[in-house]
Amino acid sequence: MNPNKKRLRRTMMFLNAQKPALIKDPYIYKPDSIMLDLEDAVAQNQKDVARFSLYHALQEIDYHGVERVVRINGLDTPYWQEDVRVCVAGGCDAIRIPKTESAEDVHRVEQAVIAAEKEFGREEGSTLLMAAIESARGVMRAMDVCESSERLFGIALSGGDYTKDMQTHITGTGIELMGARQNMLIAARAAGVQCFDTVYTNLDDMEGFRKDVESIHLMGFDGKSIVNPRQINIVHEIFTPTQKDIIFAEKVVKEIDEKSAQGIGVFTVDGKMIDIAFYDGAKRTISLAKASGVYKGEL
Amino acid sequence: MINAVGRDIPEEIIEMTGKEVFQGVHYRDGYTYKKDGPNTKCVINNQGSKLVENIHEVLVKCGIKDGMTLGFHHHFREGDYIVNMVMKEVHDMGIKDITICASSLGKAHDPIVPYIEDGTITNIQSSGVRGKIGDAISHGKLKGLAIMRSHGGRVRAIESGETRIDIAFIGTPTCDDYGNCRGIGGKSNCGVLSYAMVDGNYADKVVAITDTLVPFPNFPAHISMTNVDYVVEVDAIGDPNKIATGAAKPTTDMRKLMMADYCTEFVVNTPYFKDGFSYQTGVGGASIASTISLAKIMKERNVRMRFGVGGLTKPMCDLLINDQVDCLLDTQDFDLAAVESVKNLKHFRISAGEYADPFNKGAVVNKLDFVILAALEVDVHFNCNVVVGSDGMITGAQGGHPDTAAGAKCTIVIAPLLQGRIPAICTDVTTVTTPGESIDVVITDYGIAINPARQDLIECMKDVNLPFKTIEELRDIAYSMSGEPEKVQFGDRVVGIIESRDGTIMDVVREVKDFTFAE
Repeated sequence: MNPNKKRLRRTMMFLNAQKPALIKDPYIYKPDSIMLDLEDAVAQNQKDVARFSLYHALQEIDYHGVERVVRINGLDTPYWQEDVRVCVAGGCDAIRIPKTESAEDVHRVEQAVIAAEKEFGREEGSTLLMAAIESARGVMRAMDVCESSERLFGIALSGGDYTKDMQTHITGTGIELMGARQNMLIAARAAGVQCFDTVYTNLDDMEGFRKDVESIHLMGFDGKSIVNPRQINIVHEIFTPTQKDIIFAEKVVKEIDEKSAQGIGVFTVDGKMIDIAFYDGAKRTISLAKASGVYKGEL
Repeated sequence: MINAVGRDIPEEIIEMTGKEVFQGVHYRDGYTYKKDGPNTKCVINNQGSKLVENIHEVLVKCGIKDGMTLGFHHHFREGDYIVNMVMKEVHDMGIKDITICASSLGKAHDPIVPYIEDGTITNIQSSGVRGKIGDAISHGKLKGLAIMRSHGGRVRAIESGETRIDIAFIGTPTCDDYGNCRGIGGKSNCGVLSYAMVDGNYADKVVAITDTLVPFPNFPAHISMTNVDYVVEVDAIGDPNKIATGAAKPTTDMRKLMMADYCTEFVVNTPYFKDGFSYQTGVGGASIASTISLAKIMKERNVRMRFGVGGLTKPMCDLLINDQVDCLLDTQDFDLAAVESVKNLKHFRISAGEYADPFNKGAVVNKLDFVILAALEVDVHFNCNVVVGSDGMITGAQGGHPDTAAGAKCTIVIAPLLQGRIPAICTDVTTVTTPGESIDVVITDYGIAINPARQDLIECMKDVNLPFKTIEELRDIAYSMSGEPEKVQFGDRVVGIIESRDGTIMDVVREVKDFTFAE
């Protein structure tokens, strides 16, 4: 257990918690996080079976450092409290709260998690939370949700339910998600938490998927929910800084460190005017490159 | 007697078969012998006809009798009607004690099981068997021994006279009335007749069976009239839908794609990957995906293949269409795209002998750089098993596995670490079919192991970013998930032998015993 709110989460792969063949070794595909699902993927009369399978998977399987998030059932169902107990007893890294519409929703789950951490002797605070935003109301209250709990590391858009609420549907163009994506990103950044984009379910259209990921990467998302391991490499490739970006960022960090010691505020790197405002961005590129395993420099 | 792969071959089997035990892949290199030849009944009179009314008549004309050996090929695979058609007639005539010498047998031949049970068929020699025949042999229903031999090994056995085929039945998609056979055209188009060519050359009586009789001359003939005694026309020789299927959709299973990518990455980092390299792969999802990803890298790096060989599928034939390979050498066509490709001038048909026979003056497999294979099990000695299931039942075929593995400079086996719940990487394979000395690399979804005998390959890969592990580590990962499987429980009786390509005994297959839990 190593709760880390800021870890790299480019990919969160959904897996039905009831399917042993799926949950036995998803780490071989090297996603950043897996999302073991107790909610929509599991039929109502199979919820207890799925919890049983989930508990043993969490207890027995070495996921080789891949973050283990569990999507529990909605707060409007009779299942979620028992889900929370199993998640905590099993020792998952984080819980994803579906259909979150308010800070209150997060608080309810947080209370249940605290109780379970006590009940099962887990360290308090060891179970992180994330909130899925699936409705217009949720999008409008995203800021409240983002600031609701110290345990909350991020919010994620759930496009299917959101577009239904908006009386539209997934078009593949992204136009129907534009408002929600922008609003959630701004809220997440303002609150200092991460923000994740919705799934892309058409596995026959890998080009469409690539375009979708390119666009949400440029928007500023931290990562994307995925439904198939074939999607992992594309996301990681797009979210990994290029060698060109890394070399430039390295120069910027080094030059700023050096020049500021000499009392110089503005200077040029590779012909581009650089000042202190570039520092955080360049540092972020280096740490992303490090986390992605492509940076071998000394910064 | 313990052989070179550590298998104990019972003395009575050595005595019964007159064979030696396996002593290494190159043990019989340089061996000299005089090839066998068929008894030939000359046709000088130009008034005669080779056409015979039906299978019964042709059996009578060939002098069918108890104890004979009948030859069959497997180019129609699961769509084959020939074996069942002939064996039903043989059975109905009350003939007993037949040896079937087939290039392979599959589930299509389940209907001959009663003939095994009633003693019509008492010996089977084949690349392998699947379905109910495998079940019958493993349960001790075959009176004699089943001999499992590779495609190259079958040609060796026939050419050396170890196996004498009395009557060969060659299902042929087209044939003229004088016996010129072609694998192309007709209703049961299978592209080539590579495995049947040795039957044509060495069987005492050769019967061509076709459902598409064409005017003389059916040229260029794949099997010549000069070797064919009789021609029988029947309604159907096979089910076209099961002979050559539509090209398999490339796999979307990420596990297979990942292993294929590992394989390609490995291949391109060996010294053999350069202009003029040669390559063979199989028909499994990961093998086909490897060919597709290799083609992409060949294009990017402007590397050209000299020849591709083997049973062919669409991705291999696409290399020819896209001008990425100089030529294809074809022994079998697995899909319609491959059958269609036979028309290409640079798509050459070869015989099973040219392909893989260790007892001729050099076969194509010896010129292979890479072969990509699959396996049911691989053990920590790199021995492979492709014939006997982990439950002890005969359920697969050697095919060209040991031939290509022995010949290629770099032999790669791709296998998922767990096949269902059964570890594919294990301490000892159930049955050795290809010796570890022929296997260079094993690629699994959990990592890649290079045979320590190949220090040169280990050296090449030291800066390559692939998940390298030792074969023992891979086994340990498998066992950590599945547990160490209990040994299959066999009875004492040996029901079959796994023959090495040079005719020595690689392993024996014993009768299965119903499982009982250990105390």
